Amino acid sequence: MNISKLKKQVILKGGTILDPARLTKNKSDILLENGKIQVIGKIKESKSAQIVDCKGLVITHGFCDIHVHFREPGREDKETLESGSMAALAGGFTRVCVMPNTNPPIDSPEAVRYIIDRADECPVHIHPIGAITKGQEGKELTEMGAMLAEGAVAFSDDGLPVTNSSMMRNALVYATMFDIPIINHAEDLCLKQDGVMHEGVVSTNLGLPSSPDITESNMVHRDLALTNLTGGMLHVPHVSSSKSVEHIRISKKYNKKVTAEVTPHHLFFTDDDLVNFDTNLKVAPPIRNKEDQKALIKGVKEGVFDCIATDHAPHTIEEKEATFDLAPFGMIGLESCFGAVNKVMVVENKMDLLSLIQMLTIKPRSIMGFDNELLDIGAEAELTIFNPKEEWIFSKKNIHSRSKNSPFIGKKMVGRIKYAIAKGHLSVI
Amino acid sequence: MREKHLLGLKDYPAVDIQTIIDTAFSFKEVLERPIKKVPSLNGKTIVNLFFENSTRTRISFELAQKRLSADTVNFSASTSSLKKGESFKDTAQNLEAMKIDAVVMRHPSPGASLHLTKHIDSIVINAGDGSHEHPTQAILDMTSLYEKFGYLKGLKVAIIGDISHSRVALSNIYGLKTMGAQIVLCGPSTLIPKYAEDLGVKVNYNLDEVIEWADALNVLRIQRERMVGGLLPSIREYRTLFGISTERLSKHNKELVIMHPGPINRGVEIDSAVADSDQAIILDQVLNGVASRMAILYLLLGGKREEGKK
Repeated sequence: MNISKLKKQVILKGGTILDPARLTKNKSDILLENGKIQVIGKIKESKSAQIVDCKGLVITHGFCDIHVHFREPGREDKETLESGSMAALAGGFTRVCVMPNTNPPIDSPEAVRYIIDRADECPVHIHPIGAITKGQEGKELTEMGAMLAEGAVAFSDDGLPVTNSSMMRNALVYATMFDIPIINHAEDLCLKQDGVMHEGVVSTNLGLPSSPDITESNMVHRDLALTNLTGGMLHVPHVSSSKSVEHIRISKKYNKKVTAEVTPHHLFFTDDDLVNFDTNLKVAPPIRNKEDQKALIKGVKEGVFDCIATDHAPHTIEEKEATFDLAPFGMIGLESCFGAVNKVMVVENKMDLLSLIQMLTIKPRSIMGFDNELLDIGAEAELTIFNPKEEWIFSKKNIHSRSKNSPFIGKKMVGRIKYAIAKGHLSVI
Repeated sequence: MREKHLLGLKDYPAVDIQTIIDTAFSFKEVLERPIKKVPSLNGKTIVNLFFENSTRTRISFELAQKRLSADTVNFSASTSSLKKGESFKDTAQNLEAMKIDAVVMRHPSPGASLHLTKHIDSIVINAGDGSHEHPTQAILDMTSLYEKFGYLKGLKVAIIGDISHSRVALSNIYGLKTMGAQIVLCGPSTLIPKYAEDLGVKVNYNLDEVIEWADALNVLRIQRERMVGGLLPSIREYRTLFGISTERLSKHNKELVIMHPGPINRGVEIDSAVADSDQAIILDQVLNGVASRMAILYLLLGGKREEGKK
């Protein structure tokens, strides 16, 4: 991957512009001048302009992932805001929201400020999500107002659920003053116990401690009920089970303040893939069975889900080389995201590409309140350029994260990111 | 043998299980001789790597190795000391650097033996990996059943007790299914996996019905710590519902073979009188354990592997 400052004039030549905001598809060139969109249309080549050959490629809004873990501060051996940015660009993501379960957690305005300052130097737009409770301990609310003022965009204790229903209620109510989403990692820890995978035939075969689907869906159901009670905004992260999909589907019919995301790995894998004890497939919530996978895919097609989010969770090789029961939960996902979801949704399940792109662009941006006018004249260039048809095998060398914990290594992908443009820089992937 | 390692009995070929059983009987003859040693594995080095306490399995393996004239090294460590310093991978690679031929490993984590094969080239024999598999125990159980009945196909075997946490149960289920036996699981519903019947076995919570049906009972050890998480109310209740007592057996007028993988909690899952009775083959299992492990070691380390080995 090569990142360079955009030249004064850059022409994106011969591509197809897919606009997820206006729902249009046009063959057209784009002229960028001083990092801003100047002209969309037929543009004559000039000697001074830098030409980016986009023939056969699709140009669209820069992708936005509202759920990543960049481990800074505290575990810079796994990832930093800088290395995470590289992983993001490699996956076509120009904007990400980082989860606050760092060490120490992002649970104060000062901590939010630290992320904002550090993110300023990074080549992608990084927005901190603040913790719901101080120290993610579930006992006292954080200073949400002050954290928002410093630049937080949402609140979550991700990695851990807000177990206490009263605390969750208060968080939702308190957040109504600011009209921002509360994101709760839904897992009933009492029911989960020491479960490390989905409970089913496979876990029985492997003798691994497991937890059933309702470990998630019961808490999703609680959170939805609390959202109705409070009028708060709820975003349900990394939905893994068919029962959760149904709860969300029903709630969304009458509650417009509910949104939900699904990860590429829950769409791509099933618990059958765990038969070799691959610790890279150990995630929370766990990879579930074929029926759940089907329900998630259906949920994407039918609009139950608003967005795709990777839950990019880097861990060191040393930690992931442990036995399955001891390895930490989580996998990286930014670099492999598009090739995986495009393959599952567009190629295998006949979803139209534009709808999928919306789930990577305007829809996640809307949840977080980001603007969606990325293809307006005068807009600062934040674009992703990809080949929707290219078939390729994901390998270690495609990983730019500091960690390599990906079960996608060796898997066939369809669709490949070629360029990403953000913050005045062109990345050639 | 088709497989390089013995990690578990899931999908293990029936023909190889039968070969092990047949070979075990040959070695049992050796064990009856005044000089109980053969030179089959002379010059081979085997490491017994035990990350979990074990008396009988470790001694059984060690005796089997010595009877075959292999050189053996024992390594016992708690996993907590592993967590502190040297990693699992380093331990394994250090051992291999010392030029060994095979590792017999017991480890508390499911999948640990498969994990070991990813780090070393030596032959790996699983001596128990958490609540996953304990294939050599299941093979010695099958050898004992075969010795007693002369067949496994169609044999009715009941496994009694804590199935959820039992590697002995899982390996027995896989092995016995492959050999054509019928299996019923019996124990408290809290200690039988929800998806047990998907393994191709039946579940029955009524011990008297199970005794009426079975040719043999394999009685598992019950652990007191199961009471903490609400899995068992009391040992008294367990004994009442699932204990293999003299009174209960005397209600049924039938011959029954009683097995137990040990160590026995006398007076808990099985009465002393039953464990010491003629119908119990618990001590035969122990001797067959040495013979079966000799067979496994001999076939994996000494015998020629079939074409298409993995």
